[in-house]
Amino acid sequence: MASSDTAGQQHPLGIYYQVWILLFLVSAASYAVDYFDAQGALRWTLVIVFMLVKAGFIIAIFMHAFWERLALCLTILGPPGVLLLLIGFMAVEGDYTEGARFDYMGHDRDAVALTPAEYHASLEEEH
Amino acid sequence: MSEAAATSIAPNDGVTGLVDDWTADKQAYHVPWGKAMMWIFLVSDTFIFTCFLTGYLNVRMTTTQPWPPQSEIFALSFGGAPIPLILIAIMTFVLITSSGTMALAVNYGYRRDKFKTIVFICLTALFGATFVGMQAFEWTKLIVDEGVRPWGNPFGAPQFGSVFFMVTGFHGLHVSAGVIYLLWVARRIWAGYYDKKGFEIVEIAGLYWHFVDLVWVFIFAFFYLL
Repeated sequence: MASSDTAGQQHPLGIYYQVWILLFLVSAASYAVDYFDAQGALRWTLVIVFMLVKAGFIIAIFMHAFWERLALCLTILGPPGVLLLLIGFMAVEGDYTEGARFDYMGHDRDAVALTPAEYHASLEEEH
Repeated sequence: MSEAAATSIAPNDGVTGLVDDWTADKQAYHVPWGKAMMWIFLVSDTFIFTCFLTGYLNVRMTTTQPWPPQSEIFALSFGGAPIPLILIAIMTFVLITSSGTMALAVNYGYRRDKFKTIVFICLTALFGATFVGMQAFEWTKLIVDEGVRPWGNPFGAPQFGSVFFMVTGFHGLHVSAGVIYLLWVARRIWAGYYDKKGFEIVEIAGLYWHFVDLVWVFIFAFFYLL
């Protein structure tokens, strides 16, 4: 008689510790991207790669998808995969809208955001 | 009988298993029904968060006003010069730590070590509550000190505030609900409710908790870092 325990996801503790440490290191790495102020394509590549590595290990090991049968894996990963289509469409549409606003509505292409330091300094000047 | 048949199935046998599971004219998922239902719920929750993040992508792309500098807005000073994004980094580490303790709780649950399971579930809930506390601090700082509102802020695109409050608010709500859920599960384990039923419940609660951590991975990358 098989007990319900054997049906569950029981794995050696070691793999959880390894993934845990890995998640810490990758999180530290993605924070380092901001701390050392990497910009442009380098920033996007690093942040997205680190994000996918973290998400992959959480789903595969912590949520046990790696050991689940394909029927369950496809049920949980398939529908969200279709969302990539939505994201792609919205990105194309967003790009078009932004271009139209710059080209036909005279919005300023070179506007620069205020930093908190500048904002607080301007408040003090008013007083 | 069906229970024994379910457990004798190999844990993972690829495409052959997929075809078997869907054509055998019986249950398709060889997991406890509660776990299958939690997965279905998490898939629907994925759609909600993806809609939020896709909406964010769209307003961020279409707004012609400059996006406020997150790195400096979420900086924190410990006496000296402000350290960029440090609060969010600490929150990320707190949530990852809680995911680790949750994984250990699931493991000890299946080993039927009730005491350690309860300890690690409570630790997870404690880290979760810490996260929500830090988020409350972050919201207060942004609302009171920086004047960020859902309809505008002093730094740049007004959409920054609406996305921030909606996305982190919804995520924080999930963490808060998770803390309550975990404590409720811990209390039922303590009361011996699962002694005969088995401890799948810890794995099911764990799935929810890891999912909350997973959502944060994406929020951290897209909202705070990019």
